[in-house]
Amino acid sequence: MKSFKIPKSPDDTVKDILLFLLKNEKVGSIFALSKVHNNNHAYTLITDKELLSNITPTYPLMLANAGKMISRLTMIEAVKSPVAVVLRPCELRALFELVKLEQAKLDNLLFVSFTCGGVFPIKTKKDGLENKLKEYWENVKTGEDFQELRESCRICENFVPDNADIILQLAGNDTNTGTSVLIKTEKGAGFLEGIRDQFDEGSLESTTLDTIRGKRKERKQKTFADLKTEDFGIEGLINIFGRCINCHACSKACPACYCKLCYFESADSESDPSTFEIELKKRKAIRLPADTVFYHLGRLTHVGFTCVGCGMCSDVCPTNIPVSTIFSKVSERIQKAFEYTPGKDLEEKVPMSIFEMKEFEDVED
Amino acid sequence: MANNFKPNIIGFLCNWCSYAAADLAGSSKLEVPATLTTIRVMCSSRVDPVHIISAYLQGADGVLIAGCHPGDCHYQTGNYYTRRRFALLHKIMETFKLDPERFRLSWISASEGKRFSEVTKEFAEHIEKLGPNPLKNKPFIE
Ligand code: SF4
Ligand code: SF4
Ligand code: SF4
Ligand code: FES
Repeated sequence: MKSFKIPKSPDDTVKDILLFLLKNEKVGSIFALSKVHNNNHAYTLITDKELLSNITPTYPLMLANAGKMISRLTMIEAVKSPVAVVLRPCELRALFELVKLEQAKLDNLLFVSFTCGGVFPIKTKKDGLENKLKEYWENVKTGEDFQELRESCRICENFVPDNADIILQLAGNDTNTGTSVLIKTEKGAGFLEGIRDQFDEGSLESTTLDTIRGKRKERKQKTFADLKTEDFGIEGLINIFGRCINCHACSKACPACYCKLCYFESADSESDPSTFEIELKKRKAIRLPADTVFYHLGRLTHVGFTCVGCGMCSDVCPTNIPVSTIFSKVSERIQKAFEYTPGKDLEEKVPMSIFEMKEFEDVED
Repeated sequence: MANNFKPNIIGFLCNWCSYAAADLAGSSKLEVPATLTTIRVMCSSRVDPVHIISAYLQGADGVLIAGCHPGDCHYQTGNYYTRRRFALLHKIMETFKLDPERFRLSWISASEGKRFSEVTKEFAEHIEKLGPNPLKNKPFIE
């Protein structure tokens, strides 16, 4: 794989690349995380070279899943002129799923990503986060576990963005003296033609990455086991979702939840007085808001194939329910049973759009 | 309690096969458990796992989904998707230790009145053995 090194920090390296693309009119605009208005961050679309100085693409914060944002942008039509999109691996995987579900289009998008060290929870205080950045980058380099990060990142095995066109090597790499860039695809090579006279050879495989992957996998297995869902029964479910206020923030933030009208917000799922009366006759007492466990079980049937373990759901939950840990665990099992890996291969059909004549014989008779 | 437990079983029956089989069972004077409440759907694939979960959480003791045999769906392939949905639901239920035994997916064609009677009787007996859905009368749920 072609590679080159820029003697700059990861963010400045991305800036150099994007500036090259904009200047040479290879792309018309940039999608990236930026610093906006007094140290706030947000995803932004930028066409002006001058404003590129604002971008902070590797700043460890995910305020929205970029896959979902790009889906909003391309749902009706593909973008007309090329856009360079900088996003994290799980965001790219989410986007690939959305493309398969016909919620997004990839034409004219160039993907820049990086081996990902993870992000902080959104609820981390601004100053607090700034103070932890040094330690963060130290941990990205060594691949050591960092307790302050999102749980989903601490257990993420898929932090290498296999489907990106251009990949910065961050996790497991020392970026103090510069940042290595890999050109993963033909498309990436086309866009970057002329950025260098000569390229080095680079690879996405390394024992360091394997070690990090191994450690995160171990952590994941432990985290999943510690949840003890196998002992839940309805009591356990009620218990873990006990503080759910049915705000549906988890679904709004989730890239896999793409319905314009969610069933759980439709008139169909509204409980009218007669429903309450019937329930009360049976139970003598009901919990309000109603239908929290129902919502989660139902949502699992909808996102189980597609969940990419991005952690947005846990991060936005106002009552600190470990939504993503639960959803990732159940989804992992579903995906295994259906031999499906979300976000990996555009050609691999989503499980609900295909079938075999003979399969799952143990559930039918 | 256990002796006079009369289960409440919901049966989602596909219009073209299993519902017709239920009719046939009736006109052939075959026994069908009185504890079965049927809901006619145009195809077994109309049943979203969400419907099954909803029935279960509201206290149904058992849920039967019955449709045409694979290959015979009136809409060609609907029931293959039904099976996938059902397998998906199973995985979720299993992961939470939620009694997948209370759900059954059976293929019963329009001419199988006898099979309809057998499947429903067998399922009803199975549910009677399992006992009532513990969620049925539980306060502070839903
Ligand atoms: S889940 Fe993985 S890919 Fe996504 S931000 Fe965390 S570490 Fe990166
Ligand atoms: S369920 Fe949670 S972890 Fe899974 S894709 Fe949705 S937001 Fe991400
Ligand atoms: S974000 Fe939290 S409180 Fe809101 S619906 Fe999801 S789990 Fe419940
Ligand atoms: S019409 Fe009977 S299963 Fe589809």
